[in-house]
Amino acid sequence: METRTAVGTEAVLEARGLVKRFGERKALRNVSLSAARGELVAVIGPNGAGKTTLLSILAGIERPDGGSVSKAPHEIGWVPQQAGLYGKLSVAENLELFARLEKVADPRGAVERMLELTDLRERAKDQVATLSGGNRQRVNIAIGLLAEPDVLLLDEPSAALDPRQRERVWEFVLRLAGGGTTVLYSTHNVQEAEHHAAQVVVLADGERLFAGSPRELEATVGPASDFESAFMSFLHERGH
Amino acid sequence: MRWLLLKDLRILRRSPLLVALLVLYPIVIATLIGFALSRGPDKPRVALYNAVAPSQNKIRLGGETIDLSQQSRALFDAIDPVRVDSRREAIRKVRDGDVLGALVIPADIAARLQSTLRPGRVEVFYNAEDPAKRQFVENTIKSQVQTANQALTKKIAEEALRLLNLIRSGGDYSFLGQRFDVLGLERSEAILRAARPRLAPTERREVDRVIAFASLARQDLAFSDEVLSAVGTPIRVDATVLNGGSTSLTSFAVAIAVAVSLMFITVLLAAGSLALEREENAFPRLVRGLVSRGALLLEKAGLAAVCALAVSLLMLAFLGLFVDLRWERFPLWLVGIVAGGLAFAALGLALGAVAREVRAASLLAFMLALPLAFLALVPSGAVSAGLYDVIRVISAAFPFKPTLDALNAALNDSGGLGLPLLHLAILSAAFGAISRLALRRFA
Repeated sequence: METRTAVGTEAVLEARGLVKRFGERKALRNVSLSAARGELVAVIGPNGAGKTTLLSILAGIERPDGGSVSKAPHEIGWVPQQAGLYGKLSVAENLELFARLEKVADPRGAVERMLELTDLRERAKDQVATLSGGNRQRVNIAIGLLAEPDVLLLDEPSAALDPRQRERVWEFVLRLAGGGTTVLYSTHNVQEAEHHAAQVVVLADGERLFAGSPRELEATVGPASDFESAFMSFLHERGH
Repeated sequence: MRWLLLKDLRILRRSPLLVALLVLYPIVIATLIGFALSRGPDKPRVALYNAVAPSQNKIRLGGETIDLSQQSRALFDAIDPVRVDSRREAIRKVRDGDVLGALVIPADIAARLQSTLRPGRVEVFYNAEDPAKRQFVENTIKSQVQTANQALTKKIAEEALRLLNLIRSGGDYSFLGQRFDVLGLERSEAILRAARPRLAPTERREVDRVIAFASLARQDLAFSDEVLSAVGTPIRVDATVLNGGSTSLTSFAVAIAVAVSLMFITVLLAAGSLALEREENAFPRLVRGLVSRGALLLEKAGLAAVCALAVSLLMLAFLGLFVDLRWERFPLWLVGIVAGGLAFAALGLALGAVAREVRAASLLAFMLALPLAFLALVPSGAVSAGLYDVIRVISAAFPFKPTLDALNAALNDSGGLGLPLLHLAILSAAFGAISRLALRRFA
């Protein structure tokens, strides 16, 4: 399958031939992808497909057993599925801690920017444990953005959020992409892939089955009532 | 690493219950231990029936008067006497549980002691429901009676020696208000030698026999000093301490108290703070390039050791109000506490890395720390040799015993400090390596 990039732009992130084994099990088998500047890339697939493993390798949490990634981990922002925050620290304190650990040039300035970006200035002094799920996710994303990375990885960004919270998170993410940040996200919610992503990467059993636009995916299976049905047909046709 | 440490201190500060425990725990423990050390054990309540009439409290041995009430004072100082009016009442009090034991001194004890022919007897009745206390009463009474026996024996031996010297050398002697001039063997021999030349040969032979007897008896009685001085204590004990120092029980208790507090606080803090990184899901964020795993472990160890150092010094300050501490050895205290703290911290990190959860880590820390501390305090001779060897090996694999040895050396100048410090350094490295390995599967 050919890799799709935005017309007229070169890839800011490339992964070639990634392999990862956990004991006898191959979690990733020769997976490649690329993403252009400001592109939204959705990684979808059934449970155990290797989505989180792929993002973990791109983020530098796991080391691949084969293949390469064009960017070093410190050049990529990472937002884990479960918010990695200290509940007894305030929003501002969490941001400042990670800004200093990231060795950001102006930690206080970065904190102010993130508070502005996430619209959490009024909650800056509140302990994170007191925030709602949606606000915690915003802080979670903000920490991933502290170093102003060109690429941001989001692992299931809207999981465990109610519809309103989900909508607010996506407004935020789309603003980021519009500003030129390349966003790669994994999701179980196929509609999110269809509505927001310029590129969809389909994984199943550690294998990359497809990389292209949602419309191109639909075209491969023929007539279908909606994208989700087309996705399910796509998987069935390939024995998954 | 500085920012991680500040973050952890901030989190600690915002856990008021934990901080209160950390501050109050050493104060409370120190106060309790201080009170316990500054007061002796409670005296056992013992019913006392003394049937000896006040006029018969004094006995005469030769020319000397011995006051029996003075001799028994040492016994009464060791017990809490409950005076009763009869032997029956004394036994009843023991049966009713009002007292732990009863001591009955019969009326004829003075006469028996004075006669020196029949031994004096006292009766002791026990309450055996509490074996530990019963043994304490038994040992207390036996040791005090033994002391009284020794004192009386010494008096009797002194009197006997005085009489023997009188027989040997002669002198003045008083008995029943009358004074006698005792000739003695020495003067008897001299008189007979002077009279011998004037005697007939046959009489001279008989007198020679008496002179020889007097001379021999005088020579033999010259050894009576040594013989009689051994009567009271025929077996003397020369004790030599081969291993260990001369630490008092009080000082050793201080070392134990500090070691136990240091262990609990450091192990729990280190285990909990590391496991918390996983529970908060911050660990993957930290180690993907912000902080190395080694630096993270060092920061946690430093946090736990610093907090434990502060708590230990606070505890020592409070203990110093109750017992004498050698403050001139303060620099050595710091060395011992820091070395022990780092070793305990390394153990805590290993537990935290293995357990991966704050509650499981805390439980594991408690379950491991308590029996290990207990094992380390088992003295040799209390169990079989093989079992003791096993206990020593297990104790050596964990920081409590070397920490106790280091603190004992630092606080009480008992034993060397170098070997325990080396032992602690090795354990710190070993547990540090284990925790580093365990972090591979931590996230």
